[in-house]
Amino acid sequence: MRLLVFVALFLAAAAAPAAAQNFPVKEAILDNGLKVLLLEDHKSAAVTFQVWYRVGSRNEIDGKSGLSHFLEHMMFKGTPNVKPEEYAKIIARNGGNSNAFTSYDYTVYFATMSRDKIGIEVELEADRMANAILDGPTFENEKAVVMEERRLRTDDNPDQALAEIANAVMYMVYPYRRPVIGWMSDILNLTRDDLVQHYKTYYSPNNAFIVAVGDFSSDEMLAKIKQEFGKVARRSDPPAVKLEEPPQQGERRAALKKEAELPLLSAYYHAPNLLNRDAFALDLLSTILAGGRSSRLHHDLVYEKQIATAVDADYEGYMIGPSMVGMTAQVMPEKEPAEVQRAIEAAVEKIKSEPVGDRELQKAKNQVEAAFVFGQDSIFGQALRIGQFESLSKWQLINDYLPGIRAVTAQDVLRVAKKYLQPDQRTIGVLIPTKESDS
Amino acid sequence: MTAILGSQSSAQARLTPSRTTLANGAVVLTSEQRALPMVTMSLMIAGGGRLDPAGREGLANLTAQLLTYGTKNHTAVQLGEALDFLGASLSAGCSEEAITVNFTLLKKDLDEGLRLLAEVLTEASFPPEEIERRKQAVIAGIRAQDEQPGQVAEVKFLEALFPKSPYGRRVEGTPESVKSIARADLTAFYENELRPDRAIFAVVGDVSEKEIVEKLNAALRSWQTKAAAKLSLPKVIPGSPTVIKINRQLTQANIILGHDGVPRTHPDYYAIQVMNYILGGGGFSSRMMESIRNQRGFAYSVYSQFDPRKYAGSFQVVMQTKNESAGEAIKIALADIREIREQGVTETELNEAKDYLIGSFPLRFDTNRKVAAVLSQVEFYGLGLDYLDRYPEIIRKITREDVLRAAKNYLHPEKLIVVVVADQSKAALQALDSGGGL
Repeated sequence: MRLLVFVALFLAAAAAPAAAQNFPVKEAILDNGLKVLLLEDHKSAAVTFQVWYRVGSRNEIDGKSGLSHFLEHMMFKGTPNVKPEEYAKIIARNGGNSNAFTSYDYTVYFATMSRDKIGIEVELEADRMANAILDGPTFENEKAVVMEERRLRTDDNPDQALAEIANAVMYMVYPYRRPVIGWMSDILNLTRDDLVQHYKTYYSPNNAFIVAVGDFSSDEMLAKIKQEFGKVARRSDPPAVKLEEPPQQGERRAALKKEAELPLLSAYYHAPNLLNRDAFALDLLSTILAGGRSSRLHHDLVYEKQIATAVDADYEGYMIGPSMVGMTAQVMPEKEPAEVQRAIEAAVEKIKSEPVGDRELQKAKNQVEAAFVFGQDSIFGQALRIGQFESLSKWQLINDYLPGIRAVTAQDVLRVAKKYLQPDQRTIGVLIPTKESDS
Repeated sequence: MTAILGSQSSAQARLTPSRTTLANGAVVLTSEQRALPMVTMSLMIAGGGRLDPAGREGLANLTAQLLTYGTKNHTAVQLGEALDFLGASLSAGCSEEAITVNFTLLKKDLDEGLRLLAEVLTEASFPPEEIERRKQAVIAGIRAQDEQPGQVAEVKFLEALFPKSPYGRRVEGTPESVKSIARADLTAFYENELRPDRAIFAVVGDVSEKEIVEKLNAALRSWQTKAAAKLSLPKVIPGSPTVIKINRQLTQANIILGHDGVPRTHPDYYAIQVMNYILGGGGFSSRMMESIRNQRGFAYSVYSQFDPRKYAGSFQVVMQTKNESAGEAIKIALADIREIREQGVTETELNEAKDYLIGSFPLRFDTNRKVAAVLSQVEFYGLGLDYLDRYPEIIRKITREDVLRAAKNYLHPEKLIVVVVADQSKAALQALDSGGGL
């Protein structure tokens, strides 16, 4: 990510549905294979325009971790038509906000502007899809910037540092075992040729799609997109990721000793992504466990026992590869991570042995449904959701989401809990705070 | 460049904000937005942490925390359950200047939501066991903040900048002061300071002004101002320049340098904002981003800000860089500050700053939640509802001379408070030790 944007939170919160039940997205595919998804929304005077490349750390290999993310940074270093760092300045002086982010599965560039200016963003994105320079005197400085980003986000952030290690233990084969930002030594060793190769392989119109949401006319927007992006040549399709994560047979553990105030405990379980019919029940399962103050883990660990300051449970259904349900708890001062782990295990065993009550299930459905409506308050949030579904499979799945949630029964929740929340298929992570140095 | 159609309607025309007063004296701002079946409410009650008595720091915050943990008719657990069942989000928070309650819910649940909100505002019961739980949670929250080096730097900076002032301490208080708060302190604060005559509601969404005012009047009939106390103005005397080094096992130095700023209502506020955009506030367009990030690769994030409150303000440069380049990065930031004071800005920089601030202004209220936030700020700072349409003209009028004057008058490189949270054995900060080395 070029600047701090809390996409991880979005990913967790966005697992939800619409007031207007259906997203009336208009779809078009240009001759060069670029798919265009347009959603008119005239609530506010703004348009968000996003280019999604189907490439992320998932497409990287050992020794080259962080390549997709570094490329994202270098995409701001100009084209023959635009000077280094000029892109963001052009957007800003036209009253827009712009940024980009990289995940396991995709890399997204976006700007939000008024409708009379958004055409500038369309032109600039088309230009850098075809003509990015990715080189010059900015290369080493930007590499240093990315290393600072890693220090900020991971090395000096105990919770993130633990998540990185737990992922590396949970996944043995699948590329999700490597951090999106990359290992420090890999970042250091990335070359200009790596960037150029990655760009040529993955930044083609046929490996990308556009999502625009906001105050525009679809006909005019599509015409503008055709005019600008139509010029970009189709290239050969990039190689598919063929790696498969073998089944886990036995609990794994990851511990991190680091200067910190409070211990953190995490429990990650393998799970399928949203394309599996169990996804809706898994979403509700995570809501029942940790959605809101009255959820089971919050009530038991934070409120009743007071052994955790905060708990979380996220089903990461948007991941293209092997997905997961992740639970985390920040441990209360003077309490032991082992006690927190026992309490989480007890809650997990309970949800595996007794069906949830009708009211509890309805509450979870209400929470998911309301969150889906609230999510439509933001054009950026809507574009993100459309893009996540399209990245995974096809955007039309959004419209199956709420009906799928509504159809889940208590027996479904029980079944998926039994199936996926198995002790042998989990990875436990523990952050153990070490003594502070002298101030 | 072809326009993708259409001219912008004015913000005011689009939002149709309106202002009225409830029977109990609370101000209500509304913007009817029918596109989604949801309603967002933002409530500000002026006062907040600055009203904490000495030795009871954290009282306002703890009061806010406890609002949803027990009322006359509902236990904490029942309230949590009821709100979650609606899928609603209700959060109460506190700053030095106000207690805030943010509430978002589906339109169909509005009546039930308002009943719960009214209970929270008029019948909070402060059960002793909940007070203990919340105290433990607040104290743990302070510990959790101390784990984040950026937070540690911010806390130390404000302590040094605003000594003996509510602005200079955590609104949560200290573990000791939180422990010393008694139930009677909480109920007294609730009775005397959470008053409708200090309240601002901003309500945005699928409801008309008439409907929401009727509903609020009915729901909040029993919420009345009991005491005649007037809010006194806080006294703020900025602290002396100093260098504060905190040693931690970190790979980066977390740096804040700055001094006092201006309150939101200051006449030069807008000239200062334009100046600061060019200096370090303007993201990738700012001078500091260019000099510290792009030219040298010293930082991922670097920015400057004038953070205005109602009665005080601060100026801060915030950045993180590997321990070894801390001294160098500070030098560059200082050079940028000196340069803008001595040479001002170019016509191009000025125009680009103005174009961004004016052009992006509508993006500041492109969601219902943002509209609610902006409306309550407009009222809290007394900007007037026509502010939304006046803003472009205010910015447009600013000249290079205004910006130079703002830089000269409100940037003080000789008055800096510098905080560095870092592995001090690696951070090369000798320049800061020699006294006056800045």
